[in-house]
Amino acid sequence: MAGPDPIFGVHAQALALQRQRMDVLAANIANADTPNYKARDIDFAQQLRQTLQGGAEPAASHHARHIPLHSNGASGLPGQAVYRVALQASVDGNTVDTQVEQAQFADAALHYQASLGFADARLRALMTALTGQ
Amino acid sequence: MSSFRIFDIAGSALSAQSLRLNTVASNLANADVVSGSAEASYKARMPVFQAERSAPGQSASGVQVLGIVESQTPAEKRYEPGHPQADGEGYVYSSNVNVVEEMTNMISASRAYQNSVEVMNTAKELALRTLSLGK
Repeated sequence: MAGPDPIFGVHAQALALQRQRMDVLAANIANADTPNYKARDIDFAQQLRQTLQGGAEPAASHHARHIPLHSNGASGLPGQAVYRVALQASVDGNTVDTQVEQAQFADAALHYQASLGFADARLRALMTALTGQ
Repeated sequence: MSSFRIFDIAGSALSAQSLRLNTVASNLANADVVSGSAEASYKARMPVFQAERSAPGQSASGVQVLGIVESQTPAEKRYEPGHPQADGEGYVYSSNVNVVEEMTNMISASRAYQNSVEVMNTAKELALRTLSLGK
């Protein structure tokens, strides 16, 4: 997964990463009432940069028997989630702020659609070139 | 590894919240039930939520219901000697349901349910658009 895709450019990775981010945000919304659940998110810009530079650098291991740290193997992307800093944590230890999560979800969905639009336009352009009409 | 994990996650939230709505309905229905002893009186029930244990490396997890617990609030004791269910001393024991608490619980549960439905709708729309890519 190194470097941008020859056809879709950065959008192939961006789509996968935004989808993954939506998974995480959906989990936050699903766990809005779960005690001790900590809200998570994916730092999109950083993750995309890492992906384009050929994947995340593996965490340094100082001992042969250390268990290696795996990032998300779902799509071969290092979609590592980080904890969100709580604006107002509740007494039961839950840090999900539903409004924030909804806003972020809408943001991720819009970015996904934008990348989808670019990918679609690219496909159309290629089809035009192929058919020559 | 399904590419539609978001549906599993939102679906788990829907079932958890609907179970919560069910317990609220049960509590409200039994709010005025009285019985002849403190042990036999109706106890308010509530579900316990927990984040699903996700596979290593996966950061998104749905919600699961660990079980249903009964409220430990002591039952209210009322002196009603004429009541058919009164005990030897003329007391009946009403349920420990707090109606106001249940109503707020209901609103919270229905809002959470709506949120997850919205998530599912958005995810469905995006998936459909992705499927029709290049058409």
